[in-house]
Amino acid sequence: MDGILNALVLLSNFVIVPAMAYGSQLALGALAVTLIYAILRFSDFAQGDTMAFGAMATILFTWVLQYWDVSISPLPTALLALPFGVLCTVALCLLIDRWVYRFYRRVKAKPEVLMIVSVGVMFVYNSVVRFIIGPGDRWFVDGQRFIITAPAFKRLSGLDEGVAFKTTQGLTILTAVIVVAALFWFLNRTRTGKSMRAYSDNEDLALLSGIDPERVVRTTWIIAAALATIAGVLYGLDKSFKPFTYFNLLLPIFASAIVGGLGNPLGAIAGGFTIAFSEIALTYAYRKFLAYLTPGEWAPQGLVQLLSTDYKFAVSFVILVLVLLLRPTGIFGRRSP
Amino acid sequence: MTMNDSEDYLIGENMTGGYGGPDIIHECTIGARSGEITVIVGPNGSGKSTAMRAILGMLDMREGSVRLDGEDITGLKPQERVARGMSLVPQTGNVFTSMTVEENLEMGAFIRQDDIADTMEQVFDLFPVLKEKRRQIAGELSGGQRQQVAVGRALMTRPKVLMLDEPTAGVSPIVMTELFERILYIAGDGIAVVMVEQNARQALAIADRGYVLVGGRNRYTDTGPALMMNTDVRRAFLGG
Repeated sequence: MDGILNALVLLSNFVIVPAMAYGSQLALGALAVTLIYAILRFSDFAQGDTMAFGAMATILFTWVLQYWDVSISPLPTALLALPFGVLCTVALCLLIDRWVYRFYRRVKAKPEVLMIVSVGVMFVYNSVVRFIIGPGDRWFVDGQRFIITAPAFKRLSGLDEGVAFKTTQGLTILTAVIVVAALFWFLNRTRTGKSMRAYSDNEDLALLSGIDPERVVRTTWIIAAALATIAGVLYGLDKSFKPFTYFNLLLPIFASAIVGGLGNPLGAIAGGFTIAFSEIALTYAYRKFLAYLTPGEWAPQGLVQLLSTDYKFAVSFVILVLVLLLRPTGIFGRRSP
Repeated sequence: MTMNDSEDYLIGENMTGGYGGPDIIHECTIGARSGEITVIVGPNGSGKSTAMRAILGMLDMREGSVRLDGEDITGLKPQERVARGMSLVPQTGNVFTSMTVEENLEMGAFIRQDDIADTMEQVFDLFPVLKEKRRQIAGELSGGQRQQVAVGRALMTRPKVLMLDEPTAGVSPIVMTELFERILYIAGDGIAVVMVEQNARQALAIADRGYVLVGGRNRYTDTGPALMMNTDVRRAFLGG
């Protein structure tokens, strides 16, 4: 019996808890991608770097707050800086929309053209972030590190294995739940939210109903920028902030959005967790886990690891390809990508 | 019957234009009065829908003008015309398929800032089945019910002009009769109804005024019943 419990705790510590946190981060990023796709009808490749910009802005404000000795310990100071980071990113997205994307909307550019334009925007964001904060790793988490540490868990439960639950993981999951609930409330209950859904559903009829497309587009950028910043900051708190890592996040985020069906917000959340659990579960070494479940002499010799962690992006990529081949509209999708 | 244009609430006069390419309608004139039903009929490709879209400002008009209540609105965008009391039910894509019936009606009233509950009640009185299905997704309704949602959505702005592009396309004869009955009712409320119809015979039967377009030009204009009596119109367009 203890063996099974220990195995479960082990799995929670190394797979379930980290995947829940990572899944929440991906879900928030994928929601932003999916909203932009639903309203502006293109795949925004600058998403990863928008997250990086948002995280960078938040880090700068965090440093200012830390310098002034403002603290909300045990919570990380970055949470206090987050609203300012969101404001900066919203301003950036609205400016870029006005300077860049609006022109392509006016000339009724095809989605592919807009997508390539977003690649250009991505390079610009990329450089701006590196120019301001540099390409290196930055840690900006402070406050209490753990909600519960592994030794404390062991003491409490009397088991050999412990679950360490980091503050950042708890914060990530909690924030994601609140943000997603607020977003769905907004989309389903408010006039502006409904007008966004109407515009996404049927652009011509939305125009005939007097819905102002430019207002819908602006609202979308504001929400997408806020989502990107929150996702970026949570990811940075949980791991660390490095511009290149955020660029790399583009693949799992797009995989999440596409697995759930581009343009479908619920799908983006399901997709985020699907990708996160697959990446972590397939790259975890199960030797110790199996050892707890089998009699001593059966314990495996090798690591029982399907893939090295270096290949975790391959997991998202394979899932992405499989979904596109077998079910191109995503697991819940109506709209084809 | 004399067609005294000065009495028309809405009139598109000598409209010539198309969708950027060659002209589709030529010196076409369509007028409508409050409380009356105007029906535009004609063979396929005769520019019926185009003429109606021209009135709402949805195509490039090279010549001609549109006046609403005596005021020239030729330069206004479609949305601005909607705000002035014109409402269109397109032939296809006329409901928000992923939204509920109630949300469709709410979106129809998007430009209104006042309380829309009364108008929604009126739409429900007009189409009782919609009240029953108010929480259902519009895309899951039958064709006839979807047309009711579409008309209901267009009525939510409390329009003075209601334009319908082939409202009975693809619905059963029973549903068609019912829909025409409702449209008579709507006109009875003082709204000017303009309707493009494939089912020419049934539509002309309820028309106060009918326009027969051929090749994007006005061919015959008269009251609905008079057009149905006209032997040329009968032979050419109503199948004898």
